[in-house]
Amino acid sequence: MISRRDFLQTSMAASAILGASSYGNWGRLAAQQSLTQDQLLQFDTFGNVSLIHVTDIHAQLKPLYFREPSINIGVGDNRGKVPHVTGADFRKLYEVEDGSPSHYALSSGDFSALAAGYGRVGGLDRVATVINQIRSDRPDALLLDGGDTWHGSYTCYHTEGQDMVNVMNALKPDAMTFHWEFTLGSDRVNEIVEGLPFAALGQNIFDAEWDEPAELFPPYKFFERGGVKIAVIGQAFPYMPIANPGWMFPEYAFGIRDENMQSMVDEVRAAGAELVVCLSHNGFDVDKKMAGIVTGIDVILSGHTHDALPEPVLVGETIIVASGSNGKFVSRVDLDVRDGRMMGFRHKLIPIFSDVITPDADVAAVIDEQRAPYEEELSEVIGQTASLLYRRGNFNGTWDDVICDALISEREADIALSPGVRWGPSLLPGQDITREDIWNVTSMTYGAAYRSEMTGEFLHVIMEDVADNLFNPDPYYQQGGDMVRTGGLGYRIDVTKPQGERITEMTLLKTGEMIDPAKTYQVAGWASVNEGTEGPQIWDVVENHIRQQGTVTVDPNNSVQVVGA
Amino acid sequence: MKLTRRNAMVMGAGAFVALGLPLRASASLADDAIATFTGGAEMADSGITLTAPEIAENGNTVPVEVSAPGAAEILVLATGNPTPAVATFKFGALAASQTASTRIRLAGTQDVVAIAKMPDGTFAKASSTVKVTIGGCGG
Repeated sequence: MISRRDFLQTSMAASAILGASSYGNWGRLAAQQSLTQDQLLQFDTFGNVSLIHVTDIHAQLKPLYFREPSINIGVGDNRGKVPHVTGADFRKLYEVEDGSPSHYALSSGDFSALAAGYGRVGGLDRVATVINQIRSDRPDALLLDGGDTWHGSYTCYHTEGQDMVNVMNALKPDAMTFHWEFTLGSDRVNEIVEGLPFAALGQNIFDAEWDEPAELFPPYKFFERGGVKIAVIGQAFPYMPIANPGWMFPEYAFGIRDENMQSMVDEVRAAGAELVVCLSHNGFDVDKKMAGIVTGIDVILSGHTHDALPEPVLVGETIIVASGSNGKFVSRVDLDVRDGRMMGFRHKLIPIFSDVITPDADVAAVIDEQRAPYEEELSEVIGQTASLLYRRGNFNGTWDDVICDALISEREADIALSPGVRWGPSLLPGQDITREDIWNVTSMTYGAAYRSEMTGEFLHVIMEDVADNLFNPDPYYQQGGDMVRTGGLGYRIDVTKPQGERITEMTLLKTGEMIDPAKTYQVAGWASVNEGTEGPQIWDVVENHIRQQGTVTVDPNNSVQVVGA
Repeated sequence: MKLTRRNAMVMGAGAFVALGLPLRASASLADDAIATFTGGAEMADSGITLTAPEIAENGNTVPVEVSAPGAAEILVLATGNPTPAVATFKFGALAASQTASTRIRLAGTQDVVAIAKMPDGTFAKASSTVKVTIGGCGG
């Protein structure tokens, strides 16, 4: 948490949402009756500049449930630091009352019961209302989209991102940066970007052949707001061709390129920028490290790792703002910029309680228009769930348990692997599972479910490789996902060990035998980054499985033993 | 269907799957090359900049740039490759800048090292770990 005393010169906001500690214990029914839109949006306009940050929406146009992680381990210098604080520890750190709206919105624990009381979150028509409210306070507020916008749903897949482009255009952003957008393929990305009515930024988006800045994605853009000259520098996800299929966008290269970031900051400062904002898809720990290396950035609007923090984190004189995912939050940051520098800020992470915030009618109509051609396919009920289905967490989540079960049974495999992505909403016990729900946790342009033979040794190499992407103590070597989820395979992981020594006691669950390095196993999985991967689409595999099950029940999963957290 | 390692992987196997561990096998070869270049002299840790990606997008062609203002020569080594020597750049007295960039092939995760020899016979060293990974799983 920020040490308030230390920061700059003027006032700091009490930025915990709703002043959560004054709300007392919320009962089930208290929620919707007592929580009001005015409370959620209450904000004493401050200074002369307002930033509005949305990020990692993953094509979620409609209200949903989204359970935050209960396990999010930090390593190295980030051990025990936010965002690696979850559940009751998180509530203690931020003085959030158990059972309060902030508990439900920001932390794990008692999720199903709180969800029943507080209802769904998100919905871009509600986000529109919040944006409009901020703009009524400050008409020239900057709206900045951190990316992972044109990916993650049935309609986004079938329209190749056009549904999201149409809805976001209605929100009128000023700039955007990128990650999963590139999995639409470079031709499609180029086509959309060429027609965007706002800036598509990325100082680290380079031409792969010449290793020169890509022309289509300028590094920064200047805005004049409230009499302040503002430079917004884009930072796309650095590891696009590694974490996602590089063959889909071979013309582009990425990387952190913090030395180029420093050059860009120096360049905009020399050109008169009084406020430098970095719109980043680095992930939180990478942004923290970068803020300690690059000097002269006032605000980093951080995306990628889906963290929702009720207060900015301060590194030097840079504030880092994390705004969650899936349309669940909007961050408002008001800044006082005078004499060429940032003098103070006021911040609020606004949770989008869908039943409390009135939808904006115009944007609701645009959303309905995108969905109308697909409504029948979207709404078809495939089965029901008796368990809470969620994804987030460093290791297995219940949604991925279902997906792994589907892979093992439908593909007749010993072991199933499901990628550790962080997108995908939750479903409550007793809810129907529709086709849309399945696509929300599986939709991608490389969703083929392969089946392959792998030796035990090779499986171990994969597990170690993925673990290092998550638990390397240097954030610059982390890619920002979670651990690959396993079905039929148990293991022990010591997160403090170096690569090659973290994963031990790999066990084939169906026999209880240790995995033999020399033996070959049948492995099914999805989301291979390799070109030419064959197999049925994962959403069809999962749909068939759920149809057969009727009602899905997920047993507690104790197959991963975590050490050193 | 039996897939090969190359196109099977869940997380996408690259050509580097056998290399789960940082390579140090040829570190002694790299040490020998450094000793030959410097004659065993002390090396400063400033005065040279090595720019390389933290994680290689493609281990077969990793862009690296070295810069050492005023240097006479810059030696570049891939310490984990079977043959660590990558290049030695020599700059004449009239060179406008002492900067060079190239692309190198890395057999796996390892340290890339650059050493500058200054006209006065002193040396400066910079090192950067470049990770070569299977990939996949980006959140």
